[in-house]
Amino acid sequence: MPLPYSSKVMEHFLHPKNMGKIKNADGIGKVGNLQCGDVMWLYIKVGKNKSGKEIIKDIKFETFGCVAALSTSSAITELAKGKTLGKALKIDRAKIVKNLGGLPPIKIHCSVLAADALDEAIYDYLQKNKKKISLDLQKRHEIILKSKEGIEHRYHDWINLEEELRHGKD
Amino acid sequence: MLKTKKTVYLDYAATTPIDPQVLKAMLPYFSTRFGNSMSLHALGREAKGALEQSRKQIAKIIGAKPSEIIFTGSASESNNLAIKGVAFANKDRGRHIIISAIEHPCIMQSVAFLEKHAGFTITRLRVDKFGTVSPADVAKAITKETVLVSIMHANNEIGTIEPIAEIGKICHDKGVLFHTDAAQTLGKLPIDVNKMKIDLLTASSHKIYGPKGAACLYIRSGTKIEPILHGGSHEFGLRASTINVPAIVGFAKAATICAKQMAREDKRLASLRDKLIKGVLLRIPRSRLNGHPKLRLANNANFSFDFVEGESIVLSLDALGIAVSTGSACSSEKLEPSHVLLAIGLRPEQAHGSLRLTLGRQTKERDIVYTLKVLPKVIKNLRIVSPFKI
Repeated sequence: MPLPYSSKVMEHFLHPKNMGKIKNADGIGKVGNLQCGDVMWLYIKVGKNKSGKEIIKDIKFETFGCVAALSTSSAITELAKGKTLGKALKIDRAKIVKNLGGLPPIKIHCSVLAADALDEAIYDYLQKNKKKISLDLQKRHEIILKSKEGIEHRYHDWINLEEELRHGKD
Repeated sequence: MLKTKKTVYLDYAATTPIDPQVLKAMLPYFSTRFGNSMSLHALGREAKGALEQSRKQIAKIIGAKPSEIIFTGSASESNNLAIKGVAFANKDRGRHIIISAIEHPCIMQSVAFLEKHAGFTITRLRVDKFGTVSPADVAKAITKETVLVSIMHANNEIGTIEPIAEIGKICHDKGVLFHTDAAQTLGKLPIDVNKMKIDLLTASSHKIYGPKGAACLYIRSGTKIEPILHGGSHEFGLRASTINVPAIVGFAKAATICAKQMAREDKRLASLRDKLIKGVLLRIPRSRLNGHPKLRLANNANFSFDFVEGESIVLSLDALGIAVSTGSACSSEKLEPSHVLLAIGLRPEQAHGSLRLTLGRQTKERDIVYTLKVLPKVIKNLRIVSPFKI
């Protein structure tokens, strides 16, 4: 009996790419799924390509979740790296699922989480730098924000602990 | 990619490999002794003889009369029959059933069915942080309407052993029928249905090195119960279906072997389990043991690890040749965390990182040593990826 996951998913899971934190990230996307409990944090560093367009120069993730959540996190960092912000925003769940060679139906929400995290990281960058935010991205941000409140409430203790430790180290 | 030389099976609460002696006892009933136990001819009588011999063997182990044992196809079926069968037969006396909040899903769903379709009221008793049901709570919950109390002998996820002799006495004194789901305990803990005042008891074959597809329900003689599977007059008219003779022969053989080895095996497994528990709690920071520290099955260890998720742990260990299970929402079909872990007071994020390791006959000390070497590394690696760290 094969695993419920494709070999590509397992490859990302067992050998995740771009995991970790980016110090002084330009944008951070923190999302979670309240139903299953998975949490995904995505960090981006923004740079410029030869034609002067803003691109995702570096991207890293930290995820608390299942095999699908970890592998979609890893996959989206690979998909987004080097892309212009406009193109990165077009990476949706369908692209992630396709890139991974499919996901079990019950795990599709994990790919949504990854796409949301990237949207949020880019939104965070645009907002911090007072850049223009498209109506579509603004809308998506507001939807994500609603579900985020529940997650932040649930992980209150752990988020505080993590922040205390981070400030302690810095 | 995932092929490894080693396989350490630590999921005996899920199922067990068949004992070679059991398989040997079963084989003739697939071929030369293939008769239908309902047939009058010699082949039929031979099958019937094997069936009745098996009934005797099982009855003996739990201190029952052979006529009080009926064979079914699974522990889920036995539990369905116990709950629905007693409910339908006694509904004129009352429509109230008491269970615990940590029963197996087949009990939870059976009472929910009665609640929805037959006007029953269900009390789901809370458990303490170790997963123990308080006998005093059972006594308090019993009303004039109560027809049945069903509390499991030991929990399948966290291994906590319930005070069923005390609960049995309370039910007996109040004249309420008492059922216990002993799917995880037959052959592992001593059972005497008379001393423990049990009216109905579910037991399973494939948890004790017998084949899948066989189980039984003990029903104290005189207990009013309706069949839920209608048809022929098999099993005293309580379970229509052609008798699965090979599986039942295997079940009885397996139970007999387990009963014989019980004391010694219990001691051996408890010592390995304690080594595992001690080692895990010592080596892995922010880990906790779920279930009762002492009153637990000798083969069960259940942990929660902060900041990591169970399915990730299970498949990481699987890649290293260790087979275990989890109560994480991510591994469930409904994306809900284990009801047992929530009932003992774990927050959903703690249930998220739960891991069950259950030991058995093939478990050796070196398996525990290997697990203790590998598991801390797996948790550490997953914590590196996690936004929450220590």
